[in-house]
Amino acid sequence: MSPSRRVVITGAGCVTAIGNSVPEFCESLFASRSGIAPIELQPEQKLNFSSVAQVKNFLAESFLPFSLILLTERSAQFGLVAAKQAAGESQLLADYSPESVAVVMGCAVGGREADEPEVVKLYNRQGRVHPFTVPRVMASSGASQISILFGITGPVLNFSTACASSAHAIGHAFHMIRAGMVEAALAGGHEAPLTYGFLKAWEALRVVSPTSCRPFSAARDGMTLGEGGAVLVLEERERAVRRGVPIYAELCGFGMSSDAFHITQPRPAGPVSAMRKALSDAQLHPADVTYINAHGTGTEANDRAEAEAIQEVFGEAGGCPPVSSTKALHGHTIGAAGAIEALATILALKHRQLPVSVGAEPVDPALRFNLVHTPSNFVPSSALSNSFAFGGLNASLLFSKHEG
Amino acid sequence: MQAPSYDAVLESCIELVAKSRKLSPESIAPETSFEALGADSLDMINLSFEVEELFDVQIPDESLSSIHTVEDMARGVSALISAKTAASVEKPA
Repeated sequence: MSPSRRVVITGAGCVTAIGNSVPEFCESLFASRSGIAPIELQPEQKLNFSSVAQVKNFLAESFLPFSLILLTERSAQFGLVAAKQAAGESQLLADYSPESVAVVMGCAVGGREADEPEVVKLYNRQGRVHPFTVPRVMASSGASQISILFGITGPVLNFSTACASSAHAIGHAFHMIRAGMVEAALAGGHEAPLTYGFLKAWEALRVVSPTSCRPFSAARDGMTLGEGGAVLVLEERERAVRRGVPIYAELCGFGMSSDAFHITQPRPAGPVSAMRKALSDAQLHPADVTYINAHGTGTEANDRAEAEAIQEVFGEAGGCPPVSSTKALHGHTIGAAGAIEALATILALKHRQLPVSVGAEPVDPALRFNLVHTPSNFVPSSALSNSFAFGGLNASLLFSKHEG
Repeated sequence: MQAPSYDAVLESCIELVAKSRKLSPESIAPETSFEALGADSLDMINLSFEVEELFDVQIPDESLSSIHTVEDMARGVSALISAKTAASVEKPA
């Protein structure tokens, strides 16, 4: 079946370690300016890693009413601010009825900053838990609050599929629009996982880099956690063209799979399947893809499995499009990763520039594809954004340059 | 420890309500209703929590629905403080 309805991106917003708006993010992305920096800890707190990708200078009160700040935690606030930027840019709600719009977000961890201090109080001094803890902690808080803020009454969903959450969110919003269930969507994700307790949990898992993440490098020694949010406006192409709004790119394919193998260990078969399904969904061939934004966490296991998968789908060396991971810039933002990296991918298409795979030198000799080492222009055609999560939950989004 | 006077409790309640609603204390009178301040049920739970934290008392769930004005809140809190003070005096050393 050939899908008749096509879906384009007409707005974007973000709050990240490398910029709290799309222009700032874009500038840092193409300047390879990393947001990874040493974390500030209390004297009694100890971690065996020191770097995270923290959002800086984020003042929720500059963007959101006090009553909303009171009811939300940092994670949902990132999503709300990104959604405001995206909706404002596309003028979405001026042209669509509230019931024809969906909100589809990805948040895996939920509001840790609202949860951990309350638990500490409770266990340490029989303190009491703040009555807003539940509404602040809920992983779906961001999706709900976005719908309330804008009065959107169509479907509102939150995906919690670990590091693929917001890729799943964007992909499902895309399919909902293509199928005619809704006309438009605010889709993306948000996460604020940099609390001491959660960082200790990651430390215990022994996958965090003691230095800084270096995806696909021979010297890679783990991931670097980050926080942030990104939201895209998706809408049906013909209507977007009639509205006359600027179009970033077309979202043309979405593929999903699961490894059904292990809760933390990946293997290539699942990612291969997700990428092939995205291509098939878009009715495109591997040769049509001119850039891959890899999941590329910088862990030994992810990068090896993902490299094998990319090589299997796209071939080796010259046959494979250039690949980069942007996680050495904005960190691994868990539930927000898919949305932030989808944004990086559509900006690459829009600006005809490839983001550098920062920190990849010296490259893992087992790799048989070209990493982007220096800022370079390319001929934008289609670009893939991969999200391969713990638990073997895989999502690939395929974007194409919009032919206006 | 001596229990605060009703007037002191009322003043503290007014300050707390003003802060939570982003209003000046002068704009809130004892008889000001929470409905007039636009406070919904969730806001009332939050206000009650804050007043409980401030005075180290526990407002019973069934009493919440009878708090309509700032004065109601101050009277309820005063009564809880008095009951608590009396209980601590009666308690054997």
